[in-house]
Amino acid sequence: MTAAGTYSPKPGAAPLTRMIAAQAVLETKMLLRNGEQLLLTVIIPTLLLVLFGTVDVVDLGGGEAVDFLAPGILALAVMSTAFTGQAIATGFERRYGVLKRLASSPLPRWGLMTAKTLSVLVTEVLQVLLVTVIALTLGWSPQGSPVPVFLLLVLGTAAFSGLGLLMAGTLKAEATLAAANLVFLLLLVGGGVVVPLDRFPDAAQDVLGLLPIAALSEGLRDVLQHGAGMPWGNLGILAAWAVAGLAAAGRFFRWE
Amino acid sequence: MRSEPVVQVQALVKRYGTKTAVDGLDLVARRGVTAVLGPNGAGKTTTVETCEGYRRPDSGTVRVLGLDPVRESAALRPRVGVMLQSGGVYSGARADEMLRHVAKLHAHPLDVDALIERLGLGSCGRTSYRRLSGGQRQRLALAMAVVGRPELVFLDEPTAGLDPQARRATWDLVRDLRADGVSVILTTHYMDEAEQLADDVAIIDAGRVVAQGSPEELCRGGAENTLRFSGRPGLDVASLLKALPDGSTAAEVTSGSYRVVGEVDPQLLATVTSWCAQHGVMPDRISVERHTLEDVFLELTGKELRA
Repeated sequence: MTAAGTYSPKPGAAPLTRMIAAQAVLETKMLLRNGEQLLLTVIIPTLLLVLFGTVDVVDLGGGEAVDFLAPGILALAVMSTAFTGQAIATGFERRYGVLKRLASSPLPRWGLMTAKTLSVLVTEVLQVLLVTVIALTLGWSPQGSPVPVFLLLVLGTAAFSGLGLLMAGTLKAEATLAAANLVFLLLLVGGGVVVPLDRFPDAAQDVLGLLPIAALSEGLRDVLQHGAGMPWGNLGILAAWAVAGLAAAGRFFRWE
Repeated sequence: MRSEPVVQVQALVKRYGTKTAVDGLDLVARRGVTAVLGPNGAGKTTTVETCEGYRRPDSGTVRVLGLDPVRESAALRPRVGVMLQSGGVYSGARADEMLRHVAKLHAHPLDVDALIERLGLGSCGRTSYRRLSGGQRQRLALAMAVVGRPELVFLDEPTAGLDPQARRATWDLVRDLRADGVSVILTTHYMDEAEQLADDVAIIDAGRVVAQGSPEELCRGGAENTLRFSGRPGLDVASLLKALPDGSTAAEVTSGSYRVVGEVDPQLLATVTSWCAQHGVMPDRISVERHTLEDVFLELTGKELRA
């Protein structure tokens, strides 16, 4: 039995900040609870850092291996969360009608996207902390100033988010799953993460250097390994990807 | 109080490619429970999803609580509860977690624990969505539709595939919503659901409303009702027919089995039984077949409802 009046209408949206915060918390929980996502965002970057940092698998060209590796792994962490993880999760949310259901809730679409971005950023902060601690344990001595590092990470996140959402919003969930993992693997190898770009033929280097992952890892390396100032070229490449990716995602994203 | 329409659809047309899903549909739903009844593919879901703001009409107008569901979505969404036909939940989320989340998006949500209890979802609170049964998923979707204390709830096939007990629980909740002043629009292809719950039924076929009214009105209009009885074979049907009011028919359908078709009311029943008494006939297995929505539907569209 239910008392009369229990269901009498009393509609209203919660305050925007509360809705977005609740959504961001839920998205982050879903991500941290998902085994494949953890593999991608935590285990793979950590393993690569420890493996390549302690065993001479690839000749990293003199100096401490970890000084070369840590910036690449940071770039990888950003890609794994903002691109691969977000694409897969969003693709399945679309497939399972989660995006559709939320679209009829009081939370506006931009609020949902804001919450997703917050969730990506929270995850990245945890990743950066983890990678930094491990790298420091392995003897990493980062150079440069935090400002360009921060800018690179933010623009990299924007670029990868745009591309990930574009994929999630246009392909089938299974296709997104396959493609996002494949792209992750290809960019891991060809994007200057653990294999220095100068190991590739000159012509390939020019093309690879324009990839967002290469711009991010090379930019981070310029600052953190070589103490460079503002890596404008790489920031420019990332900004271009961010604008193109987010615009395309905004234009082509299908909610169901 | 029933005069104010909660949903007004005028000349709605919606096409998918070359297929016309909704073809000039008019529908006015007033406060209370309105059932949109029709076979699969009739355009029920498209109509409801246009009201929910998911689809833009190709032509025609839709107003929900006086608002345009697409242009005035922000104002409308908090006032309306939506139950999708399937899905809508993160596959890794637990039932109670998702319901609490939807509650948090509203200013004055229902007591989540009471709602979980009410819908018998207590046992699956800690279970992730992907492990819930179909019936549990449907009850969770229903809970998500009502938790924000909306004025109007859209339920798309709320009991499709439910076992009888879960079905009754859903019906009871719909009745409580109605009693507390929440309007409900539900689509269904179950005739008994429409008869049980609805103040008003709109019968949809091939993208149009072919009839609308209360279940009683719909059953009264249209075809006549039937009275059947058995007796000894070869009764004088012509004499029976003379005793009946004009417009009735009487026939021996098979040997010893008689059918009277007409305005079946107490008077007609008395006429038939007194004629039987006069002729020394014991009318065995006498029965009155009430006209059902299913018959109305069959007559209007030439199709079985449960296609």
